[in-house]
Amino acid sequence: MSERADTTDPSRRGFLRRAVAAAAAVTIAPGISLVRLADARPPDQRVTDANRWGLLVDASKCADGCGACVDACNEENGLKGTGRPATDAQWIRTVRLRDKATGRETRMPYMCQHCEHPPCVDVCPTGASFRRADGIVLVDRHICIGCRYCMMACPYKARSFVHEDLTGQKPDVPRGKGCVESCTLCVQRVDAGDRSTACADACAKAGHRAIVFGDLKDPKSEIFDLLAKLPTRQIREDLDLNTGVRYHGV
Amino acid sequence: MSPLRTFFYGLVAALALAGAAGGAWAEGRTPLPTITKGKGDQCVEPTAVMRTDHMRFLLHQRDETVHGGIRTKRHSLKECIECHAARDATGKPMPVTAEGQFCQSCHSFAAVHLDCFSCHATTPDK
Amino acid sequence: MKKVQFLEIEGRSLGYYALLGVLGLLVAVGLGAAHYMEHHGHVVTGMSNQVVWGIPHVFAVFLIVAASGALNVASIASVFGKTAYKPLAPLSGLLAIAFLIGGLAVLVLDLGRPDRLIVAMTHYNFKSIFAWNIFLYTGFAAIVAGYLWMMLDRRMSGYSTPVGYVAFIWRLILTTGTGSIFGFLVARDAYDTALLAPLFVVLSLAYGMAVFLLVLMASYRWTERPLGDVLLLRMKNLLGIFVAAGLYFVAVYHLTNLYFTERHGFERYILLDGGSFAQVFWLGQVLLGGIVPLVLLFHPTLGRSRTVIGVASALVILGGLAQMYVTIPGGQAYPLEVVPGKEVVGSTFFDGVVASYSPSLPEVALGVGGIGLALLLVAVAVKVLRFLPLTLDDASVDPHHRGAAASA
Repeated sequence: MSERADTTDPSRRGFLRRAVAAAAAVTIAPGISLVRLADARPPDQRVTDANRWGLLVDASKCADGCGACVDACNEENGLKGTGRPATDAQWIRTVRLRDKATGRETRMPYMCQHCEHPPCVDVCPTGASFRRADGIVLVDRHICIGCRYCMMACPYKARSFVHEDLTGQKPDVPRGKGCVESCTLCVQRVDAGDRSTACADACAKAGHRAIVFGDLKDPKSEIFDLLAKLPTRQIREDLDLNTGVRYHGV
Repeated sequence: MSPLRTFFYGLVAALALAGAAGGAWAEGRTPLPTITKGKGDQCVEPTAVMRTDHMRFLLHQRDETVHGGIRTKRHSLKECIECHAARDATGKPMPVTAEGQFCQSCHSFAAVHLDCFSCHATTPDK
Repeated sequence: MKKVQFLEIEGRSLGYYALLGVLGLLVAVGLGAAHYMEHHGHVVTGMSNQVVWGIPHVFAVFLIVAASGALNVASIASVFGKTAYKPLAPLSGLLAIAFLIGGLAVLVLDLGRPDRLIVAMTHYNFKSIFAWNIFLYTGFAAIVAGYLWMMLDRRMSGYSTPVGYVAFIWRLILTTGTGSIFGFLVARDAYDTALLAPLFVVLSLAYGMAVFLLVLMASYRWTERPLGDVLLLRMKNLLGIFVAAGLYFVAVYHLTNLYFTERHGFERYILLDGGSFAQVFWLGQVLLGGIVPLVLLFHPTLGRSRTVIGVASALVILGGLAQMYVTIPGGQAYPLEVVPGKEVVGSTFFDGVVASYSPSLPEVALGVGGIGLALLLVAVAVKVLRFLPLTLDDASVDPHHRGAAASA
């Protein structure tokens, strides 16, 4: 993980980091910071690959019967169920697994893995499915034609197709009938400088801290630290997709 | 003149007449757009510029936002709605696609299909 | 060989107008279904987030594969040098274009955003085989149109062979591309194999020949033009060979999968447990679409009967639709592996479970509408332009042949 030279003045950056660290020390609840980091990317600056956003999921902390991450995602992104689970959009879901040989059960949240080599991006005929420079895999719904080929291609069945007319969308999360969508790593929050996704926040609020969001390329980030300490894997690592979501305890 | 030719010229004449008559009848039936006053004294661009170029700004901005993460406010659709969505008597914002509202009104007059709001929210955040 | 005379069909009988009416009705119903699906969204279909491609794609891919194979008869003339087939070449080209248009229409109308066709034609991701297929399909239509021009315009007849070569190679690439739509998908047990591309090439030869034989026999019978046995019997033998080759590829595909332990789950599903998919595989694809036509076509006496040839061709087409049904929705219904060695015991997004899929009426209507469109284009074209030779009796096709006439 190389450090890229930043365009802002290093001394200013250093001051801001210390100021923010002090502010972070006075946050009111664990894992939730009211202060957005002041060195967030300015809105007129293009994203670069200096960051790579990802998640670390600790399945051993995923609690039975808990759906906080799913509810938070639905709330944040305006996903409303219609009582038809086969066609309703689900950007994150919890999956219970049982080892066929030992019978041991594990539970984990499962979403778009934000691969470095996404099959969904390879197969999209118009290029609507794409990987942003900072690692988030998105659908450009302006050019998505709704062919659903990316849904066939995804090894994680992460994508949903919007099967009916939608109303009451969140202004930050436009979505509509006829296009394909999936977990965006809360890109609207990331771009606003929030250092967390809705699911990670909710999981922390529920007291489990099974999901950690962060910059996989930042040696000072919590996720980087955890990845160095814990044994982790990718789901379907045999496909060599180099996912941005890593799992521990699966 | 051959029968086919007569028929053809007759058809053209009939269509022209129908078009003219229809046009005369329609004038006065199509409501002129109602431009509700947005927030602040003026828009981010002059009115004449907006009239001709607003799609150009939006189309450029959308690519920059989606692919580049650039979220400047000047040409952001969300910010357009923030200023231009009218509010009803209780202060609740009205959807810009509702009858007589900001986007819908001009687009209906110009007969240009509004595709944005199958996905984008029609009211601002609050 | 005597110069072959082509003539438009008369096309003034009640039967002809009735045919146009029926086909037009199928097209209208298909368009209505497309409108209904587009207006309400795909929630009105049987497709879901688990099975994203259903009956429309079954029909669309079948039509496109058959279109590519229908051109084979013209290739036999131009590329393989069998001049006896030259009179059949224009009809072959016509069928190729008509079926391609029918298939593409269904494909486009099933899109979530069919209004964005222009976007699809102006934005390309060249790593996607789907994007390449857009070029291959439209290019094929253009090349075959040019090929038809070379064939029908006497001044250009010298160019029909080189253009025929281009068309032949192009359609091999096109069919390879169509098979690769599935073959390139690493995620699913049903796909993820290089074998699908050549399988589709072989299937195209069978489906195309079956379609060609049916249309040929029907159009000559209904216009009461003579159709001799020489070419017909050669083509029905070819059809038999293509069907056998298709069965071979399907057998190799399954045998190889059965050898890999990790594919046993999928094979068990498709061959045994998979409900409608397993039934359609054995009854539709293998038996009715493969073994029965083979027996009929190669039978010493039955194989010479036109009725039997027609039935065999129809069964091959049915088998083709069955093959697509097993491949497309069947391949998606089987769950994806999440963690090898672990089974999924709970999920709200249908992980680890076999997805249920049942074809809905709008989907079937759209698919059948595509067939209607293809046949309608053929029926109109043969009246408007000179695609059909005035006679295809044995004497004019092959003056040196001495053979007994077949029973009709």
